[in-house]
Amino acid sequence: MATELLMPALSPTMEEGTLAKWLVKEGDTVASGDILAEIETDKATMEFEAVDEGVIGKILVAEGSEGVKVNTPIAVILEDGEDASAAESAGSAPAPAEEKPEAAPAPAAAAAPTAPEVDNSPDVPEGTPMKSTTVREALRDAMAEEMRRDETVYLMGEEVAEYQGAYKISQGMLAEFGDKRVIDTPITEHGFAGIAVGASFGGLRPIVEFMTFNFAMQAIDQIINSAAKTLYMSGGQMGAPMVFRGPNGAAARVGAQHSQDYAAWYAQIPGLKVAMPYSAADAKGLLKSAIRDPNPVIFLENEILYGRSFDVPDIEDFTVPFGKARIWREGTDVTIVSFGIGMQYALEAADKLAEEGISAEVIDLRTLRPMDTGTVIKSVMKTNRCVTVEEGFPVASIGNHISAVLMQEAFDYLDAPVINCTGKDVPMPYAANLEKLALVTTEEVIDAVKSVTYR
Amino acid sequence: MAARKPAAKAKKPNVSAEELLDHYRQMLLIRRFEEKAGQLYGMGLIGGFCHLYIGQEAVVVGLEAAAEEGDKRVTSYRDHGHMLACGMDPKGIMAELTGREGGFSKGKGGSMHMFSKEKHFYGGHGIVAAQVPIGAGLAFADKYQGNDRVTFTYFGDGAANQGQVYEAYNMAELWDLPVIFVIENNQYAMGTSTKRSTKSPSYWERGAAYGIPGEEVDGMDVLAVKEAGEKAVAHCRAGKGPYILEIKTYRYRGHSMSDPAKYRTREEVQKMREERDAIEGVRSLLLTGKHATEDDLKAIDKEIKAIVNEAAEFSKESPEPALEELWTDIYAPLEA
Repeated sequence: MATELLMPALSPTMEEGTLAKWLVKEGDTVASGDILAEIETDKATMEFEAVDEGVIGKILVAEGSEGVKVNTPIAVILEDGEDASAAESAGSAPAPAEEKPEAAPAPAAAAAPTAPEVDNSPDVPEGTPMKSTTVREALRDAMAEEMRRDETVYLMGEEVAEYQGAYKISQGMLAEFGDKRVIDTPITEHGFAGIAVGASFGGLRPIVEFMTFNFAMQAIDQIINSAAKTLYMSGGQMGAPMVFRGPNGAAARVGAQHSQDYAAWYAQIPGLKVAMPYSAADAKGLLKSAIRDPNPVIFLENEILYGRSFDVPDIEDFTVPFGKARIWREGTDVTIVSFGIGMQYALEAADKLAEEGISAEVIDLRTLRPMDTGTVIKSVMKTNRCVTVEEGFPVASIGNHISAVLMQEAFDYLDAPVINCTGKDVPMPYAANLEKLALVTTEEVIDAVKSVTYR
Repeated sequence: MAARKPAAKAKKPNVSAEELLDHYRQMLLIRRFEEKAGQLYGMGLIGGFCHLYIGQEAVVVGLEAAAEEGDKRVTSYRDHGHMLACGMDPKGIMAELTGREGGFSKGKGGSMHMFSKEKHFYGGHGIVAAQVPIGAGLAFADKYQGNDRVTFTYFGDGAANQGQVYEAYNMAELWDLPVIFVIENNQYAMGTSTKRSTKSPSYWERGAAYGIPGEEVDGMDVLAVKEAGEKAVAHCRAGKGPYILEIKTYRYRGHSMSDPAKYRTREEVQKMREERDAIEGVRSLLLTGKHATEDDLKAIDKEIKAIVNEAAEFSKESPEPALEELWTDIYAPLEA
């Protein structure tokens, strides 16, 4: 049967082109792969190859023709034994123009419930026995408990085994689990993050410790392009059940390259989950949930908080779900929203404000993806004012996002603009006085609250 | 190692007619499939990037002949051949290329991003060399689980200059991971020839810095590839750690569909096609060894053409994904 050769689309954007030159003539026999013509696109001159074998029956578009639309028949190829008359009949067949439906789905309209349904129930019943535990111990306990529970969970990272962890988070774990499951890596973040992603595809549940999240920038391609996107790109066939954890944000006097908060970076990525606990109880409960989660989780810790003690429920298998904020103190005049070490400033500010007769409600988001904006909206509907607190940079921050959500979903309830308290828009300086200035402070939070409450 | 011409293998005693015919069929399937994909791209049915495997068929077909059930494979964005060779359904691959519901990723991955748990194919990766540590990680999982599977980790001569390849080499050897690093050296990283990208063009030798053995293989000779593959597999399965195969091959088409290929001459391409083509090599072995007649091979051609046409038809008829699919497969549900 005679087949038409159609003007090909030779690039993702080509709509028409110039048929610069025919390299065959009518009557020529061609085989698959032979160059038939040169076609000029907007970008380059391309060679056009034959796909099928046959004889050039008729050339429909002469060389030198400009503006030939993609999918226009340009020649007819005859199979062995056909004569040119077959070409005549073939010439009239309409090109199979593919109609692309203009079906871009409308963005999911923010169907904002006026009063969002939220679960602010306590994580454990009242009267649950508590044990004072440091954040450091809580993280270790969470990993150890999950490794006892599931053989496929293992820990890998720099200095996690023999050195017991650069910040002593994995203390005692090598002795309990052995070097098959607690693995020291060379200093090679990109490589071991990629190996862990592969291991998660292969059925394991890796916990990757970055000595700090500053070093994870070497591995961020594997985290985002490989771990976060594979479930979607595979149509749900396979994903990366794994945890990337380590200290994040400023420590003290370690300079610009070791003092950055990545909360907003990772919170932007669909496919990742992001936790940033403040208390030891949340560190433990959220890390256990993270290890069990079938998705890649970014778990942002803080070096300064590692040594802080908090009450941790002294019960078997204590977990905290993702996407549920915690209200640390109830209040009526203003909502202070924070997470991670920002909670320290938020709570200190609330204490001082109480002395001045301002009642602040303090919300710890605990996880940034998913983010429990419902609890924030519900609180702002009561207090009509909001201040956010974080250590990260001010541009495109978590606070910016919360402000946008409140503007879209609780505009009528706001009596003042939302103020975002953040780190300053500078690389972290080393000098003690400048570093102090670069970080967010309790005083700034107090000032922001006074500003939104017009005091 | 001197490149061997297929003819030098003509009297190789240990290859059955059946095996040769199978190699022929597999390689032809890839070539015809890719030609059809190029055609559908020209018709606007396939969009974006589309990197064809034409010319390199002997690499995957030879190595798949050395693989066993349960062995894993992972590769770059030039992945159609790998998927066909490991037995993934051509219909599902072509429908993914056209972005349809019947594709392996329900139309959400495209040419560069397909996966099959069933066939142990772990993608399809669009970031040059990112699949290399991932392949070492798949091997890590096998070793951890105590089985003797091996992982074929494919990458090109372009990827071979990325840092993460050497990070993966170092740990793979350190931990004796059962991974075969397969460097498909087609001599051009997009438009940059190996001559213009390195003064150390013998890529397999770089493994020596990490203690990884390897060799160069003639990638236009499917039997040579298979033989090298068997050696590498035996090394890995015996628990001796990774192995590197640098397979010298050639891509006939441009880097992607929109590549005018001005960095090499038409004569160079024609010479490879005429003198070194892997499919022609097996074809001549079959005919001169009297393992098959012209008619037998014509019948195979016809059979392959039918498979490819069926895949193309399927890829046109399969509907575009439902609009709700935009919002699915972002997160796996929590397990009870």
